[in-house]
Amino acid sequence: MQPFTTHTGIAVPLIKDDINTDQIAPVQSMRSLKPDYKALLFMRARRRDDGSENPDFVLNQPQFREPGILVTGHNFGAGSSREAAVWGMLANNIRAIVARSFADIYRENCLQNGLLPIVLEPQQAAAFTDRVVAVNGAAPFTVDLQTQRITGPGGPDITFDIPAADRMRLIEGLDDIGLTLKHADEIASWERRTAGNQPWLQSAADRRL
Amino acid sequence: MPQTLFDKIWDAHLVARRADGRDLIYIDRHVLHELHAPHAFEQLEKQHRRVRRPDLTFSMQDHTVATKPGRDDTTNPSGAAFLKAMREGSRRNGIRLFDIDDPEQGISHVVAPEVGMVLPGATHAVPDSHASTVGGLGALAFGCGTSELAHILATQVIASRRPKSMLIRLEGKLAAHVTAKDVALRIIAELGAAGARGYVVEYAGAAVRAMPIESRMTLCNLNIEMGGRSGFVAPDESVFSWIEGRPFAPKGAMWDRALACWRPLKTDDDAEFDREHVFDCSTLEPQITWGTDPSQVLGISGRVPDPAAVDQSRRAAIESALAYMGLQPGMALAGLPVDRVFIGSCTNSRLPDLEAAADVVRGRHVANGVIAMVVPGSTTVKRAAEAAGLDRVFRDAGFFWGESGCSMCAGGNGDRGEPGERCVSTTNRNFEHRQGPKVRTHLVSPATAAATAVAGRIADVRQLMSGQA
Repeated sequence: MQPFTTHTGIAVPLIKDDINTDQIAPVQSMRSLKPDYKALLFMRARRRDDGSENPDFVLNQPQFREPGILVTGHNFGAGSSREAAVWGMLANNIRAIVARSFADIYRENCLQNGLLPIVLEPQQAAAFTDRVVAVNGAAPFTVDLQTQRITGPGGPDITFDIPAADRMRLIEGLDDIGLTLKHADEIASWERRTAGNQPWLQSAADRRL
Repeated sequence: MPQTLFDKIWDAHLVARRADGRDLIYIDRHVLHELHAPHAFEQLEKQHRRVRRPDLTFSMQDHTVATKPGRDDTTNPSGAAFLKAMREGSRRNGIRLFDIDDPEQGISHVVAPEVGMVLPGATHAVPDSHASTVGGLGALAFGCGTSELAHILATQVIASRRPKSMLIRLEGKLAAHVTAKDVALRIIAELGAAGARGYVVEYAGAAVRAMPIESRMTLCNLNIEMGGRSGFVAPDESVFSWIEGRPFAPKGAMWDRALACWRPLKTDDDAEFDREHVFDCSTLEPQITWGTDPSQVLGISGRVPDPAAVDQSRRAAIESALAYMGLQPGMALAGLPVDRVFIGSCTNSRLPDLEAAADVVRGRHVANGVIAMVVPGSTTVKRAAEAAGLDRVFRDAGFFWGESGCSMCAGGNGDRGEPGERCVSTTNRNFEHRQGPKVRTHLVSPATAAATAVAGRIADVRQLMSGQA
């Protein structure tokens, strides 16, 4: 996983609640095992009915064509578990999302891919959103995970909270499977114990065979 | 200290606590599907890692399979690469595959319980947000993304912070033609689309105890639509007898030992939950979604909201949902003409769902101009339905009777509506464009879907069945 220390980029305001994975990465866009993740991000909102580009959608506006940070509302990433909804962000160089809250599975998918999910307190969130809207892509913001600060035009630095373990994992780009495999002996002993006292859990055989 | 059942299952599966504070929770059964597993196989192979427990892992072909009779890999051209990659990845890793032509093929959340893989008090993971369907049997199930899927393949554990616990107690007796689907939609409406975010939900109470197992699965299936991490019903004797004799379930002396372990699986009397909610189900009527997320729900006799009458913070969302759905503020949904009806999906495609729909359809006909389809949740369900003559009931009435799979729920197999169509569906998500570009989806129970297909308009199944429609 690509480590995350600091990221500077244009902050894009997409201020809506409950943006779901069908909007972020429609299942119909995944017609091949290797789809164009850059193109599938918000694919439907980006296009008008005739297939031409929708100039009203924020990511199509000239100042937001090279996005770096997405700013959004409550319950971002609701719906499906599909990780394409995170891969599409990374393919567009969006490496941080500032939301009022995240759906659980989506947040976990972010952490697995070095995409920083930031949740701001309501007052901070409102103030930051106002600044992002006001600056309108004219200058970038910087998210620094070391210092847990967002800096940029229009106001003072904003500090944010993130669980220490999630922060460390992102900063060090830790291999999640590797972390767990340090406990391989404990996994094996759990299996041995369970094979003894609840053997049906450790065997999933088709008993007709 | 008194414990919830969630606490007990979590603690029993706790292997270790990782340095970053995450609990490693052992996964007893891991079920994969072809939309996501091929990516995880590839990821593992790049890392030179092997699947730790292929014997506890199962592969299903469900999201991209065509439903057309006589189907093969090429019937849905965009699915072929997924089916092939799943087949090859499963073979390379020694994982039993329920392939497109397997007599037990179907939607993972339908197949796993029906073959007896899902056991009370066990943990279960699927790279799909509707994993908790199997909570209806008292299993603790987690939906996960592709990276977590690779993690489970390599380690057989998930690494997770302990979720909070919520109790939802459902009291009262459901009226005729009111189902678990209606109950779940009402709960989501009351708690909101993120109302259970961060929580594992235990569903309890008299209304749950009275539900057949398949209905409990419908209830738990929709838990994710309010953001829940997992959802389950504590197992009881009806669960045990439902599981007994299924092919992957323990047998003989082992069965007796398992039963002795399962009978105490319940929340202690004085255990505390982080949150509790109580719903009286006795006055509930059939429910239907009016908007573009599963929390935008009405009773069938209700009227859609008026954005002018709500506070500013909610107005824009309601206006945009009404515009997408082609609805006017304050209008009734009952009586609205429909173009398409879909009965199926991991929410409502088990045999009792099809029986409930067939009871409504029998002796009637799909209204002119309405396309109606039934897609059984598994090939096993399909066979059982055909043995009971349900396929004839549906076909005689003008329904398409398909091969099993996710079909129009996820829209990944080519089955979808045409732009602008109004589709009444027994699925779980009414998100914009999910069932096809610009398709307007209303979520309902199988009985309501069947009544609507017959009427050609959104219908109150109670009126149809009492001869008032």
